[in-house]
Amino acid sequence: MDKIARIDMGAAGGPKVTVGGLGEYAGLGGRAMTSLVVAAEVHPLAHALGAENKLVISPGMLSGTTGSMTGRLSVGCKSPLTGTIKESNAGGQAAQVLARLGYAAVILEGKPSGDDLYKIVINKDGIQVIVDNSLKLMDNYPLVAKLRQEYGDKVAYMTIGSAGERKMLSASIACTDPELRPTRHCGRGGVGAVMGAKMVKAIILDDAGMKMRPAKDLEKFRDANRKFVEGLRKHPVTGEGLPAFGTNVLTNVLNEAGGYPTNNFKTGQFEGGSKISGEAQAELEIKRGGSATHGCHRGCVIQCSGIFNDKDGNYVTKQPEYETVWSHGGHCGISNLDTIAKLDYMDDNIGVDTIEMGVTIGIAMDAGLAEFGDDAAAIRLLEEVEKGTPLGRILGSGAAITGKVYGVERVPVVKDQALPAYDPRAVQGIGVTYATTTQGADHTAGYAIATNILKVGGDVDPLKTEGQIELSRNLQIATAAIDSTGMCLFIAFAILDQPETFQALLDMLGSFYGIEMTGDDVVALGKKVLSAERDFNTRAGFTKHHDRLPRFFYNEPIAPHNQTFLMKDEELDEVFNW
Amino acid sequence: MKITVKLFASFRAGRFDIETREYPLGTSVADVADSLHLPQSELGIMMINHRHVKLERLLEEGDTLALFPLLGGG
Repeated sequence: MDKIARIDMGAAGGPKVTVGGLGEYAGLGGRAMTSLVVAAEVHPLAHALGAENKLVISPGMLSGTTGSMTGRLSVGCKSPLTGTIKESNAGGQAAQVLARLGYAAVILEGKPSGDDLYKIVINKDGIQVIVDNSLKLMDNYPLVAKLRQEYGDKVAYMTIGSAGERKMLSASIACTDPELRPTRHCGRGGVGAVMGAKMVKAIILDDAGMKMRPAKDLEKFRDANRKFVEGLRKHPVTGEGLPAFGTNVLTNVLNEAGGYPTNNFKTGQFEGGSKISGEAQAELEIKRGGSATHGCHRGCVIQCSGIFNDKDGNYVTKQPEYETVWSHGGHCGISNLDTIAKLDYMDDNIGVDTIEMGVTIGIAMDAGLAEFGDDAAAIRLLEEVEKGTPLGRILGSGAAITGKVYGVERVPVVKDQALPAYDPRAVQGIGVTYATTTQGADHTAGYAIATNILKVGGDVDPLKTEGQIELSRNLQIATAAIDSTGMCLFIAFAILDQPETFQALLDMLGSFYGIEMTGDDVVALGKKVLSAERDFNTRAGFTKHHDRLPRFFYNEPIAPHNQTFLMKDEELDEVFNW
Repeated sequence: MKITVKLFASFRAGRFDIETREYPLGTSVADVADSLHLPQSELGIMMINHRHVKLERLLEEGDTLALFPLLGGG
């Protein structure tokens, strides 16, 4: 990863590729790369869909190596959904392949003036930008099938569906999994709309003829990776729970804890929860000849995903994640796994964020466009998005806009990004993260659920305010660093509990780059990333008054705990005061 | 006293999902786990009536006790 490619999509005479060295970005990867580039190079007041915005695609610092769990890809830009800086990351094969091709970042710049749609082919010989108008308005599954006829099965694809081309604010960028399904999405913040604005439909990554990235100290790296894998296999979360039941194992946990937002955040428990739980989902997947255990990229030892088949044994979609099962399930009063799987497939195919889309459908239900619990209506609403009708365009613009258009008061967003599957009134710690993260409401930015609810990495009472600020701060710092390594965030469950596994991660980074790496260095990296992101947001016009939850969380107590969000504004303002 | 016990994830194998069971006064969460042959080292999340509790917590008539192994996701 010793080069950065810049592709000026708006260059006179057609897109122009420039490949250069790393310069000031040397040693960076993943979120550190995308956020530092965006903060330094994108005008904070730029229109997110304009020529001034840049789409930065970066594999993590350890991607493309033999290191386990290193397949996360970061995509960064100014978000059209939130107006803030955005880093959205995904698994799949893209990060490993792009890293082995030697690119620390590929940056899409400018904007073409015509109507031509492009695909970008990156292989050992360089980068080609090719007009291909035959791909117009194709959705992800047929699109990848068509591209496979030309480029085969030994490549990775990054694509946008019709939603990205239509520049919908919920549009995602799909990355293919090892079996070339477009199921792993950089979902949040409308990054697919930015790719669509630059008229790039697909990026084909071909690492034929390339080798694994070698560590500076091969033996030490191999040894550290072995210890790291042992640690992941030994921990009950990464070694047993996630492989067996996937992320959706959380449905029963959050429902039991009274923190499962139901019928658009009206109550904290869903009667139909057990029917759509991870336990029920895994049993159904196995019974139908799918799988409850599947890795999104080669080299993953956690294998938290799965394959969801229909009753006749035909593939429907990958195992819907907990957040998806919630957004399309309990949030909308829907308790049918087949409906949720179909909606998950449609989201992946159209190319929209499953959290934003599900939350939006729930708001449409609250507005009276459909009844809560009406499966067929949820599918119909998503079909509007697929067709790009005026209603579909509104829904595809996400929860905040849909709420405004239909006059809904209870709209669960922060910085116009939809809240995920944990109610901040019953889990105060995650509310701190939702309110203050640089990204708009995002659970992964500082996953306080671990300590508040799951009792991994410590024990903080979810219903009290004590300790939540410090917890969210520390998690946000650690997450910004992990998101830069290319490591899947789920390694955090093991490294929070097992010091020797955290040490193994430090040793992997150190031996790979030939440096000494300590816990303090990780903290410093995390702070550097967050500071750059905060600085961008400040220059984009965001103040402490944007670091708040919607008022209904302060005014409407939620059952069963009958509690509101209790964190004081002055406390929230201390999160980044380190 | 009557206690509703809910088990989740791997704890269900060879046991049950939900059962109302009879326990004597003074029964703790640890006692219930022992009665179900659930090793204390495997207990991750314990809740009585939707609130997290510790092993030594005593149960009361009509309580619902939920036991999970260590779990994660998101």
